[in-house]
Amino acid sequence: MTELALRTTPRRTPHRRRTPGERASALVTGGWGPTLAVTYLSLLVILPVAAVVTNAFSGGWHAFWLAVTQPQALAALKLTLVCSVLVAVVNSVAGLAIAWVLVRDDFAGQRLVSAIIDLPFALPTIVAGLTLLTLYGPNGPFRVNVAGTRIGIVLALAFVTLPFCVRTVQPVLAELDKETEEAAASLGASHAGVLRRIVLPSIAPAMLAGAGLAFARAIGEFGSVVLISSNLPFKTEVASSYIYNLSQSNDLPGASAVSVVLIALALVLLLGIGALRRQFNVTEAA
Amino acid sequence: MTLEVPERSLTALLGPSGGGKSTLLRVIAGLETPDTGTVEIDGEDLTGVPVRKRGIGFCFQHYAPFRHLTVRRNVAFGLEVRRLGKAEVRAKVDELLDLVKLTAFADRYPSQLSGGQRQRMALARALAIEPRVLLLDEPFGALDAQVRKQLRGWLRDLHSKINVTTVLVTHDQEEAMEVADRLAIINDGRLEQVGAPAHIYDHPANEFVLQFLGPATELDGAWVRPHDLVLHRGPEAPGGRRATVERVTHLGFEVRVDLRLPAGGDVWVQLHRGSAAELHLAPGDQVWVSPSGTATARVPVPPASPLAVG
Amino acid sequence: MKKRRANWPRLSLRAGALGYLALLIVVPVGSVFYRAFQHGATAAWDAITTTDGLHALVLTLVVAGIAVPLDTVFGVGVALILARHRFPGAWLLDALVDIPLALSPVVVGLALVLVYGHTGWFGNWLAARGITVIFSVPGIVMASAVVALPYVVREVLPVLQEIGTEQEQAARTLGAGRVAVFRRITLPSIQRGLAYGMTLTTARVLGEFGAVAIVSGAILGRTQTLTLFISSSIENLDPVGAYTGSVILALIALAVLGLLALTSPGERRSRWPSRSPGSPSASAPLSPSTA
Repeated sequence: MTELALRTTPRRTPHRRRTPGERASALVTGGWGPTLAVTYLSLLVILPVAAVVTNAFSGGWHAFWLAVTQPQALAALKLTLVCSVLVAVVNSVAGLAIAWVLVRDDFAGQRLVSAIIDLPFALPTIVAGLTLLTLYGPNGPFRVNVAGTRIGIVLALAFVTLPFCVRTVQPVLAELDKETEEAAASLGASHAGVLRRIVLPSIAPAMLAGAGLAFARAIGEFGSVVLISSNLPFKTEVASSYIYNLSQSNDLPGASAVSVVLIALALVLLLGIGALRRQFNVTEAA
Repeated sequence: MTLEVPERSLTALLGPSGGGKSTLLRVIAGLETPDTGTVEIDGEDLTGVPVRKRGIGFCFQHYAPFRHLTVRRNVAFGLEVRRLGKAEVRAKVDELLDLVKLTAFADRYPSQLSGGQRQRMALARALAIEPRVLLLDEPFGALDAQVRKQLRGWLRDLHSKINVTTVLVTHDQEEAMEVADRLAIINDGRLEQVGAPAHIYDHPANEFVLQFLGPATELDGAWVRPHDLVLHRGPEAPGGRRATVERVTHLGFEVRVDLRLPAGGDVWVQLHRGSAAELHLAPGDQVWVSPSGTATARVPVPPASPLAVG
Repeated sequence: MKKRRANWPRLSLRAGALGYLALLIVVPVGSVFYRAFQHGATAAWDAITTTDGLHALVLTLVVAGIAVPLDTVFGVGVALILARHRFPGAWLLDALVDIPLALSPVVVGLALVLVYGHTGWFGNWLAARGITVIFSVPGIVMASAVVALPYVVREVLPVLQEIGTEQEQAARTLGAGRVAVFRRITLPSIQRGLAYGMTLTTARVLGEFGAVAIVSGAILGRTQTLTLFISSSIENLDPVGAYTGSVILALIALAVLGLLALTSPGERRSRWPSRSPGSPSASAPLSPSTA
């Protein structure tokens, strides 16, 4: 016995009691869910970061500037930046080569290779540092010793940042339309020409983004570097080690000041990568 | 708009895409809330009631199957949510699967079914909870023409068996005419006309309805149906107008004759092959065209209508 | 099928790329296994089953047992909020979730000390209630939870956005309340993405070093995680202990890789997680083990 009617007349809101389940779930998604989430975020992220920034400027701009321009701090920052840039460049190229070999080549064990690339993602950095120290340190079988050198730092950073450079480029490379390259070839472009004019421009944004991510990761890297670098001040002490040492010797404002520099750098980078992504509409996750 | 749907009928909301039909259906279901207005089922005001308490069954254009559940579990979903006993659930589900002829597929997953089978599953799922009203949102829109035709007939049969009040949204007038016992023509948020399909076809309330439901052509300041026009070799019929044959196209069982009027303007006439054969028409011939005596679909052209001849 | 001709450029590129990988990753990791078992399996076993070693292992697992569920619940909740609701400031929530990826772990540790340490913002408040966070297990849990915060959100959010709301709407028309819809429809649909995110989270938590180093004080036998144990073993010239601990973590890492491969939600997974429109920052799931 159903009759269905619709009318455009003003509506009266009926009064209905909610079930306990409805009340609970309404609490979670309605008001309390976001509140709980924001509370969790505040306690774990917002307040702590605010505390660092506040602490860095607790003596005013002057103290902040002083802390950041301490010779040892400057040396650490400079070393960090130089090594990170170097690693970003090297791994961009290496990442492209590896991505190319994974996408365009065909050989047994390709899937294994692909899994290996993710190993630095999954391995604790202290373990990563230990592995590199074992092989390329004082007791290594290759009779090469990069412990306590800047090369060692670059090596460690290369280890942990390689996956970024491969995984950002790989999907873009995979989606490149072979037909545009074939068209270019039919119009007379050489292999190198096709690469230069067709392929590289397409993957340049992804490479740039990968380099950016690698750089952002490298400037903050600690665990893998700390073993192999020996943390020699002014020589092989990176910014994160410097911050660690200051915090252990209780110079918290000094540590905070240098931290603020790192935070600012990283945020600028990530904003840039985000803009880059939107601009060039790089692949989204499946 | 005010729309009343009689119980046990199969009413189609018909109209062009984007006209608001789906929105209306979703308002009935409670999946969307209207700014003003009420929804009543059986005299009960359901306007503020959440969707799960309205006792409606809903079928989506893309079936919305629960991909991680088998066909059986899909159909049983509403019953399991109501915490019915296992035996009872099983019995009901078996009955419904038999009704929609999916018993053999009970333990398959939706991804293993064809589109038509998925929609039948969705229908069984909706019917399992014994809804007061069944709402179908372009249920056959995503299917091939062939499957669509099959399912139309099947829906008609199902409805006569089950007899639950059904509201169907579609933009396909052929589908609506074939399946529904009542049509509601909706255009751009307006209810243009409501009534039985045959009645609306023969007595369209306005230009839009006439043009939407079937072929239309303009003659003597009114829109008429091309198959309601007759052609004569001589000026016998009253109200006949002289015209020149432009083109004769044979479309299988029907013949389309495009005519040009002396004052300018085009008209086309739909004849069936027999009549066309008798007339021996050729381009350039002079004929007389007039509405047939039984023509009822006739809507005056509104002044300054921008619509071209259909 | 076209057989690719082996030619010089291709072969040399292949050799170069694979060589780079071998020298950078494969051989170093292999050498750790070698060193751990160099003196025999017994020595390795002894090194790790010292009181300190076992304690470190247990502590690491306990911390993971708390931090991972916390981040998972948070992650699913935030993903649901961002996927199903529009509200002003959604972009901000989205960006805030990503912040841990931009922070060096030592900065995270420092930040937590500045808030929860005894000279920190909440220092007095906590001390008055007899709660110690820094230099104690709660601090380690917090540090681990922070660094792994974004992973579940990043993996679950795109899945939620992709599956859309139709199945949930259908479930509601069939009479399911919000809890039932979540339990029966939403949760099963996000299974894979959730598993992937939880795996990343776990790997990150287990591998955390820098933040934990600062926050825990690395007090032997009390607040040493396995990563800290490895580090102190090296300092104490106990290489076998360090290597054995590393092997354990390396094995876990390999297991993690296997799990990731199994639960990977898409075919060719791009490392650009899809984001809600208008969000300023971007990220890939940065390494689970930034130390």
